[in-house]
Amino acid sequence: MMLIDCPYCGERAQAEFTYERTLDSIVSLDMPVEEVLARLFSRANPRGEDRELWRHTFGCRQWLVLRRHRRTHAIAAVDPYAPDDPE
Amino acid sequence: MTAPRRIADGATDSLRFTFDGRAMTARPGDTLAAALLANGVSLVARSFKYHRPRGIMAAGVEEPNALVTVGEGGRTEPNTRATDVFVYDGLVARSQNAWPSLNFDMGAMNGMLARFLPAGFYYKTFFGPASRWMLYERFIRRAAGLGKAPVDRDPDHFEHRAAFCDVLVVGGGPAGIQVARDAAASGGRVILVEQDALLGGSALRDGIAVPDPVQAGVRMMLRTTASGNWDHGFVTLVERIAEPGQQPPAGMPAQRLWHVRAKRIVLATGAIERPLTFAGNDRPGVMLASAVRAYIRRHGVLAGQRVVIATNNDDAYRTADAAREAGGTVVAILDSRPEPPAAEHPTFADAVPLAAHGGRGGVTAITARVGATTRRFDADVVAMSGGFTPVVHLHSQAGGTLGWREDIQAFVPEGGPEWIESVGSAVGEVEPIAPASAELPDPKHSFIDFQNDVAASDVDLAWREGYRSVEHLKRYTTLGMATDQGKTSNMAGLARLATSAGVTIPQAGLTTFRPPYTPLTLGAMAGADGGGHAAPRRRIALHDVHEARAALWQPLGLWHRPRAYPQIGETLHDAALREARAVRTIAGLTDVSTLAKFAVHGPDAARLLEMVCATGIAKLAVGRGRYTFMLREDGMVLDDGTVWRLDENGYLLTSSTGGADRMEAHLSYVHRVLAPTLRVSVVAQQEHYAGIALAGPRAAAILADLTGIEPPAHMGLARAKVAGVPALILAASYSGERAFELYAAGHDAAPIWGAIEDKVRAAGGFPYGLEALEFLRIEKGHVVIGAEADGRTTPHDLGLERMLRKAGGFVGAQALARPALAAPDRRRLVGLVSSEQIPEGAMLVANHGATVEGHVTSAGPRLLESGGAALALLAGGMAREGETLLATSPTRDRHVRVTVTAPVFHDPDGARYRD
Repeated sequence: MMLIDCPYCGERAQAEFTYERTLDSIVSLDMPVEEVLARLFSRANPRGEDRELWRHTFGCRQWLVLRRHRRTHAIAAVDPYAPDDPE
Repeated sequence: MTAPRRIADGATDSLRFTFDGRAMTARPGDTLAAALLANGVSLVARSFKYHRPRGIMAAGVEEPNALVTVGEGGRTEPNTRATDVFVYDGLVARSQNAWPSLNFDMGAMNGMLARFLPAGFYYKTFFGPASRWMLYERFIRRAAGLGKAPVDRDPDHFEHRAAFCDVLVVGGGPAGIQVARDAAASGGRVILVEQDALLGGSALRDGIAVPDPVQAGVRMMLRTTASGNWDHGFVTLVERIAEPGQQPPAGMPAQRLWHVRAKRIVLATGAIERPLTFAGNDRPGVMLASAVRAYIRRHGVLAGQRVVIATNNDDAYRTADAAREAGGTVVAILDSRPEPPAAEHPTFADAVPLAAHGGRGGVTAITARVGATTRRFDADVVAMSGGFTPVVHLHSQAGGTLGWREDIQAFVPEGGPEWIESVGSAVGEVEPIAPASAELPDPKHSFIDFQNDVAASDVDLAWREGYRSVEHLKRYTTLGMATDQGKTSNMAGLARLATSAGVTIPQAGLTTFRPPYTPLTLGAMAGADGGGHAAPRRRIALHDVHEARAALWQPLGLWHRPRAYPQIGETLHDAALREARAVRTIAGLTDVSTLAKFAVHGPDAARLLEMVCATGIAKLAVGRGRYTFMLREDGMVLDDGTVWRLDENGYLLTSSTGGADRMEAHLSYVHRVLAPTLRVSVVAQQEHYAGIALAGPRAAAILADLTGIEPPAHMGLARAKVAGVPALILAASYSGERAFELYAAGHDAAPIWGAIEDKVRAAGGFPYGLEALEFLRIEKGHVVIGAEADGRTTPHDLGLERMLRKAGGFVGAQALARPALAAPDRRRLVGLVSSEQIPEGAMLVANHGATVEGHVTSAGPRLLESGGAALALLAGGMAREGETLLATSPTRDRHVRVTVTAPVFHDPDGARYRD
């Protein structure tokens, strides 16, 4: 069970959070279909750090971006989701 | 049976226990294994596959052989290691995997059939005709097995607890105690856990006293096993308060599962001695040298009078010393090294055991190659040492990497998370060994994995059959599986594989270490969340109202809703049919409180709803509502419901009960992530309002009577008081009749239900439950999320495509353009009719044995005529209208001829919605 340092609430157990998706698989409603399908179904799986969208569902319910290592699960940063976050 | 082997020391036995019905005595502090040895019991179990006689090999949790069933009734615990249960007064233990008895076991015939049960036997039976597997399966299940799970309910309770600390030390041996004391001295919160009932670890067998950690401020937890080392300093501990089969003290749980979050974890988990590989190395009396020493020093039990030591390292010499001190005779030390250390025992250099001889009662002699000659030694215990394997399980579980140490022929912790550190024997501070010799004259009887009956020949066979990866070897031979997870066998198996492959052991690789470190009970995992507490029970606002009407309850997710209100003598089906017919002909009322409800307000409310919903929203007039559905990003239907425009910038969205949490998250995602600039607020109101649906030809009249207002037209809304309580009235119909949903604050809603029910009953109608609701909606052809919309269906598949908003701009719109979704042979919604009831879940085929072309998603009776109706997903959909098919359910042996029709059986034009 990971320990996630919510920027609003502090360190909380993973059980309070829900994983949504990686940032690069967010599709907006005006993207062309090819890009939508590529983002949804042809995703990268880097052996290293990735940026993920999580929600503190059983806490403050805010959307968060985790920089997390896919192999070690080390979390480098937890930030509030900002819509202009580059992927 | 041999004479008792307790070393005379003046202490007396004060505990009584039984093994296979035989009464015996033990001393406090004895493990069951120690007590059995003290009572002269050498045959304790029969092996898994060949039913070979087995005794006690180890003195710790790594024991592969001595598995017993402990306890009675609901406290029965099978597959308990005799080395990992402490005797209490009244303990009842039984041997397992033997019939009719341990001494005369019919299953031992498997040993004679050994050539028919080689490595991969289970896999091989899967090939060839299925009938062969059917034949073998019964035999395998009966012949090869561990203990039997109890059938009675466990009378004890279990609990989960949480703890936090600066340093968690796992292992109460000399290294762990030292670290714990130091950490406490520097002011940290320290927890020290030890799976044994005593502190000391290896010091217990060496007779060395250890300092007291509690005095130093350490929180000590004995009989507590760190079973899993997870992410970010999270460790799960299992604390045994009662021994297996023992009644816990009053008010106490039998076991606790601890969730510990530690800033730093120190693994002082020690090392486990490895057996040597030679013929008959599994005979009772062939033991680990460290175990023989532990039984002497800790329990005062000498496992045999004539001791032969077989070793490749110096540690076993301490066992020879201990055996002599205890009054035993050290017949020989067989040391595989050319230059053994000086010892006051008959020691043979370059000496390798070849075969242990004996019978059911145990070992009587051992043959060894000594230099160029072969010699035979009398022995009633063989103490073997193949070196020590550091216990790296917890290190590896948390993602730590391993490095190979040639001098000890074992893996040791290398890299890993910075908060985890290993110390002591666990990092390889053990005696160096001479590498194993490859000479093995009888590989068929030289066991590597004792628990799974994997001999050296099985590893060789797997290699010859092409199994190159160690992970494949494990799965093919079952080496390293079952309750001991290969604690004593993995290294020998690897060594054998590496020899066959002509590679080094690190090149051969290592299987993955997974939690739990030792077996844990289901009770510990469940904790308090068992029985009625397995899941939270969500009660609807009118729960007591329905309870007073003797409702049958139906779980729906975590909610419980009335399923039907049977009258005396009525079956569930009878009641549902009566209730549903009342709705069709008169009126009924039902509780719809659990529907998901969202208040969507703000200048951009419609824009948010148009992103979430695939249907038109913007043109909805104030005071009107509409059916709607939502899609996933891949174009499949996610959920459905209704949307109501309450005022210029205010909407009420309803969606399915089961999808409420998912829809809340989806609305938040679309708003906060996809369109954060929208000026809108979304409030989830599922629990705020009780909902009551009033349906039937008399519904409008009843509503008018109760409210004094003109009932709103179908899909219109109104506000009025019922029984003095303000309610929002939505003219929506799920049943197919003229209907109204009344929403009021949950705590105020009971009078509304009462008032409506009085009118409904006076008119000849009834309250109705989910079962009747299901009959009604199937007849009307309304789809349900989870049945027709099963996550693989698009709006087109469900016949909803005409409602799709042409302009797009909603979640899922883009993915609907995928060409495969327009394929004509996709499974699409159809109706089915038959003269009899159609089995739900049945496959749709042209004839028996033909290819499956679809399946029945929901089925019910026709309410006012005879026969059955069903909704189904069928390849080709409505292009198949009029065809006759077979709805077949082999599991229920029901096979019904059905005709494909439109998926609506009642009032297809919706005439009944209009007054």
